[in-house]
Amino acid sequence: MAGAKSNNNTTSLPRFFTPLLVLFVFTLGTLTLAITTGSVHISNQELWQVLHGGGEPLHRTLVFELRLPRALSAFAAGGLLAVAGALMQVLLRNPLADPYVLGLSGGAAVGALLAMLSGLSAAAVSGSAFIGAMISAVTVFGLAHGTGSWTPTRLLLTGVVIASGWGAAITFMLAVSPSDQLPGMLYWLMGDLAYARSPWMALTVLAIISVVMLPLGRSLNVLARGQMQASALGVSVRPLEWTIYISASLLTAFAVTTAGSIGFVGLIVPHMLRLVLGNDQRLILPAAALAGGALLTLADTLARTLIAPEQLPAGVITALIGVPSFLYLLHRSR
Amino acid sequence: MLAATDLVIDIPERKSGTPLSFDVKAGEIWGILGPNGAGKTTLLHTLAGLKKPRAGSVNLNNHNIQDLRRKQVAQQLAVVFQNNGEGFPATVLETAMIGRHPFIAPWDIETADDLAIARQALQKLELSNLESRLVSTLSGGERQRLAIATALSQSPKLWLADEPSNHLDLKHQVQIMGLLAEQADTGCGVILCLHDLNLAAHWCDKILLLYPTGEARWGDANAMLTVPALERLYDQKLSMISSEGQTYFTPISSRT
Repeated sequence: MAGAKSNNNTTSLPRFFTPLLVLFVFTLGTLTLAITTGSVHISNQELWQVLHGGGEPLHRTLVFELRLPRALSAFAAGGLLAVAGALMQVLLRNPLADPYVLGLSGGAAVGALLAMLSGLSAAAVSGSAFIGAMISAVTVFGLAHGTGSWTPTRLLLTGVVIASGWGAAITFMLAVSPSDQLPGMLYWLMGDLAYARSPWMALTVLAIISVVMLPLGRSLNVLARGQMQASALGVSVRPLEWTIYISASLLTAFAVTTAGSIGFVGLIVPHMLRLVLGNDQRLILPAAALAGGALLTLADTLARTLIAPEQLPAGVITALIGVPSFLYLLHRSR
Repeated sequence: MLAATDLVIDIPERKSGTPLSFDVKAGEIWGILGPNGAGKTTLLHTLAGLKKPRAGSVNLNNHNIQDLRRKQVAQQLAVVFQNNGEGFPATVLETAMIGRHPFIAPWDIETADDLAIARQALQKLELSNLESRLVSTLSGGERQRLAIATALSQSPKLWLADEPSNHLDLKHQVQIMGLLAEQADTGCGVILCLHDLNLAAHWCDKILLLYPTGEARWGDANAMLTVPALERLYDQKLSMISSEGQTYFTPISSRT
C-alpha cells in the first residue's frame, strides 16, 4: 500500500506542478518586462548588473525605488484580486461572483474619495479605503446573517444592494467634487498603480492567505458541490465559509488599498484558469495568484508606456486584455 | 447503529408529531414512506445530523450525532440526496472521488487506493465508460447512479438515501436496490425514503410510515404494509395483489 501511495504522489504532483511552473516563468517574464521598460530602457544585461549591486546609479534608483516597487505592487494587487475572485465564486457558487460583488470596492471607493475630498495624504487615502472596505464586508455579512440562516443567494443579494448603495454615494461625491480633484478620483475608481508605494504588506497578505488556503483546497472542491453535500462529506461548512469570506474580504481590501478598484482581474482570471486547468481549487488558487499578478503587472506596464508620458489607468488595460482572451477561451471550450 | 430517541423533526408550522424512537441495526433496510410534504427528507437529513431536531436525539454508535465532528460522521454514514445538480462543472470520476474526502487528511492528496475505490464504485454502477464526461452532460438516471457511486466510494457503514430509485429505469432500479441489499448483507444499515410501495414491499425489513400530521408508526414491513394503513397514509384507495409469493400495491382510480 505504501508503495502505491508514494507512486501516486509522484504521478499526480506534476499535474499541479507543470501549470504552476509555466505561470511562474510567465510571471518572472512580466516582472522583468515591467522593470526594463519605461522612459529609460534598461537592457537585461544592465538589469543583471543592477540586481547584483552594480550598474549605473540612475538605473539603480529607477529599479529599486520606482519600477520594482510598482511592478511588485501590481503583481500583489492582481494576485490578491484573482484569489479573492476564485474564493468568492466557490463561496457563492455563482460564476458571476467577483471580489467586488459584495460591495467591498464600493465601500473602499467611498472611503478613498472621502479622504481625497478632505485633502488628506495618499497614505490616508489608502487607510481610509481599507476601512471603507472592511465596513462594507462586516455590514454585508451582518445583514445577510440576519436571524442565523444565510444562503449564498441571500449573501449575494445583500451584497448587490449594498454595492448599489455605495454606487449612489460615489456618484453623489463625484457630482459635488471640485473639478480639479475629479481626474484623481476617476483614476482611483478605474484602478491605478501610480500611487502604489510599498508592496510588501500586500505581498505578505497574499502569501499568508495562500498558505492558509492550501490545506483547505480539497474542502473547497467539496463545498463547490453545495452546502448539504459538503456537510454530508464531512466538511464543517459554516467555519469554512467564514474562513473564505474573511480571507476574500481581506484580500480584496488590501488589493483595493494598493491599486484602486481594478476590474475584470478577479472575475476573469479564475474563469480563464478553470477553462484551461479544470476545477480543482488546489491548483486554481495558486495559479490565480500567479496569473492575476502577471496580468496586472503586464497591464500596468502597458498602461504607463502605451501613450507615454501620459498614463492610462491599469484597470482599462486589464479589461482590454482580459475581455477578448476570456471570450476566446469560452468560445473554444466545450 | 443509528438510534433515534424521542426524536421530533423540525418542520415549520407543524405543531407536534409522534416522537420517534427506533434503532437501525446492522443488516437492516428501513423504508420511510409518506405522502409529499410529510417530512421524509427532513427526517432523513435529521438522521444524518444535517438538520437539528426539534426535540430528542439521534445517536450514531451511542454518540449524539450533533456532538460528533462532521468528518467523523462522514466516515461512517453516507447520504444520497434527491437533487444532484448543484455545483461547479466536474467530471464523473472527480465526483466519485469526493466520496473519499472524509478519509484524506488536509495536507494529503488522494492516493492510488482512493482512485481504485472510486473506479470500482463507478464500475459497479456501470459508469466506467463515462469517467471523463462532465456531470452536466449526464441524463437524470446516470446522475442518480453517480450519486450512489459517490456514496459507495465513501464505503459507509450506514446508507441514508433519498428516493434512490428516482429517474432510474426498471433494470437499474433492481440493480440499485440489489446493491443496497448487498450492502445490508455485509453489515451495513440502510435507510431509504421511498415512493414506490412495491420496492418497499420487496426490499425493506422495516417500514416507517410518516403522516402529514406528524403522526408516525413503524415496525416490521409485513405488519406495516397493510391496505388500510397505506390508504390512510396516502388518502388513496389501493388494492393489493399477490403473485408468486410477492405482494403488490396498486392505486384504484375512478376511471376504469
